Amino acid sequence: MMTQIVFYVFATVLVLSAGMVVSARNPVHSVLFLILAFFNAAGLFLVAGAEFLAMILVIVYVGAVAVLFLFVVMMLDVRFAQMREGLQRYAPFGAAVGLVLLAELALAFSHWQVAEDIGSVPHVVAAPGRTNTAALGDVLYTHYVFLFEACGLVLLVAMIGAIVLTLRERPMGRRQNIDRQHERTAADTLAMMTVPLGQGVAANGGFRRPEHSYYIASVPGSYGVTEEPVPQGRPVDETRRGGHGTENHGGLAQ
Amino acid sequence: MGYLDRTVRSFLLAELVAGMGATLRAFFKPKVTINYPYEKGPLSPRFRGEHALRRYPNGEERCIACKLCEATCPAEAITIESEPRDDGSRRTTRYDIDMTKCIYCGLCEEACPVDAIVEGPNYEFATETREELMYNKDKLLANGDRWESVLARRLELDAPYR
Amino acid sequence: MAHFFLHTLIGQVILTVLEALAVLVPLLLGVAYLTLAERKVMAAMQLRKGPNVNGPFGVLQAFADAIKMITKETVIPSGANRFLFLFAPFLTFSLAMTAWAVIPTNDGWAVANINVGVLYLLAISSLGVYGVLIAGWASNSKYAFLGGLRAAAQMVSYEVSIGLVIVSVLLAVGSLNLNDIVLAQRHVWFCLPMFPMFIIFFISALAETNRAPFDLPEGESELVAGFFVEYSALAFGLFFLGEYANMFLMSGMVSILFLGGWLPPIGIAPFTWIPGPLWLIAKILFCLFVFIWVRATFPRYRYDQLMRLGWKVFLPLSLVWMVLTAGFLLATGLLPQGGAS
Repeated sequence: MMTQIVFYVFATVLVLSAGMVVSARNPVHSVLFLILAFFNAAGLFLVAGAEFLAMILVIVYVGAVAVLFLFVVMMLDVRFAQMREGLQRYAPFGAAVGLVLLAELALAFSHWQVAEDIGSVPHVVAAPGRTNTAALGDVLYTHYVFLFEACGLVLLVAMIGAIVLTLRERPMGRRQNIDRQHERTAADTLAMMTVPLGQGVAANGGFRRPEHSYYIASVPGSYGVTEEPVPQGRPVDETRRGGHGTENHGGLAQ
Repeated sequence: MGYLDRTVRSFLLAELVAGMGATLRAFFKPKVTINYPYEKGPLSPRFRGEHALRRYPNGEERCIACKLCEATCPAEAITIESEPRDDGSRRTTRYDIDMTKCIYCGLCEEACPVDAIVEGPNYEFATETREELMYNKDKLLANGDRWESVLARRLELDAPYR
Repeated sequence: MAHFFLHTLIGQVILTVLEALAVLVPLLLGVAYLTLAERKVMAAMQLRKGPNVNGPFGVLQAFADAIKMITKETVIPSGANRFLFLFAPFLTFSLAMTAWAVIPTNDGWAVANINVGVLYLLAISSLGVYGVLIAGWASNSKYAFLGGLRAAAQMVSYEVSIGLVIVSVLLAVGSLNLNDIVLAQRHVWFCLPMFPMFIIFFISALAETNRAPFDLPEGESELVAGFFVEYSALAFGLFFLGEYANMFLMSGMVSILFLGGWLPPIGIAPFTWIPGPLWLIAKILFCLFVFIWVRATFPRYRYDQLMRLGWKVFLPLSLVWMVLTAGFLLATGLLPQGGAS
């Protein structure tokens, strides 16, 4: 009795929020309704006694996938007026596609036949006394281990593909090699000088950091760094500095 | 060797631990907080606070209305009007300082030939209305009477350096 | 009579409510005093005294702040999404409270001792992103929005390493139940054999709760106050309390996963006299102290360095450690044969 009430509550909210996902005007509201739908689906899993699946659904879909959805949707600048302009033009086309799909589904379902011996088909049953997390593991890593690994491979390929498609090396801005930056000590960037009395630092050509300190931690090839960073302690001639004018190079003195 | 040393150090978070050690030491050190309304920090005799007009020991006001302070004031906060008094001495009839304009540079004090206008040690003169910060001669003289002992001592202490 | 009553439905409901209150009331008090403790500890580390006017040693400061927070006016910016704007702080706050349902304070003492306690905690903490993201978006403000995006990216990134660290722990326990996780540490706390993971988990917890040095989402210098720029009064107070309740939660997780929960350090006489909940509280307080200590010590991370740390340092490290743990347990035959309910 109680279980049924809970089931119907979750199921009703699930269906309603799923409806709102497609009918909400604001795309951000759509995503939030989608999250509500995920939640109720997780609730249904709980009612069915599959607490592991319920938690995984929340962690993966609500905690990660929907966040990325929300990210993208929030950053999209959706213009509702423009969207409605297209509605008139594309409505017949959309309706046609929908009708075709409906007809196909009707065909499929009208010829759907359930096998006679469906009850006797062997399927895996959890051993008594196992939690459903353990039972899931038992099945996943024995019976379906190849399929499971194949899924993992597909996801790996998708991940590498996404990285390959989006990662571009652009010389925008100077980037640091953080290990070098951490290794950098005061001695690399600071030089002690004797300043002549009465002439000040001007006699030494102004304050000047050791030459290599400018590039010691930056990634070669990024903006403003035209060459390999100069090894520590080796003097540099003026022409090898990339990008900077000589008079500007004295650092803080001006 | 240097590389190995650095790698081990970075994996052991040596610098982070050192930093946390520094804050933990500070945690147990005596605190330097001054419990302000009840305790106050020391003030230099040259501290430039609220203005005051001083008097001579016989009660005669020092200001001779030379208007040097008005002329030197970079913020133009001082307004002076003067008339000869009945006994023929030159005195101010009006000496106003707009404390909302004043930048507490102390130039009025420097300019004064008779040490009449001074900036005292008082810095707690916040008011609830803006009008109260338009000081007139009565207010400045009252300040002088109130702080005279301190003001005289301050001038005496600072005299060797003037 | 009383025993019979407890088995009826209403009795069960009342009992659960009472159990929840027994956790929530001390938690809320703790949160209120954590704000004061943070100010006092930070002050001490900066050679200051901190609030000391309201009551002896400033103990009433928390209530003074609360009264101020409640009596101020709630400002809703024009163009803001009213419902979501007010919903976000409630979400943040209530999620931080909900998570405490599964934290065991002694052997079997949890409001809900469920089989997948760790996953529940992970799920709840991953939901925390929404409060921040919705707040940032619903404020109709660029700073708030940028702060929300930063927070979301940061929390999602560090959840990955938190998840992998938890997997290492689970490998050694063989159960997802928090009670079992603590009981598995009877002989040695996991913070010793898994010390690197303990550190990674703690640092990730700092990032997950948006605490210094990972408090970029609320970076004062560039985002004013980040995602809650537009919030005031009670709504701001709920965010504030939510953040501190999350610190409590993360400290609780660190204590349970690595510091042996309610277990005393050594199972011999003088230590075992102290009841379990006190041990847990002591461990949580220690973690909170370190949270504040870290805040008083380190400057804020730069955003690209933050992401680098999460994805290029913590993720590979925790992944390698997970494989090493599994290999070690398998080789030594210590792998727990879990799964029995």
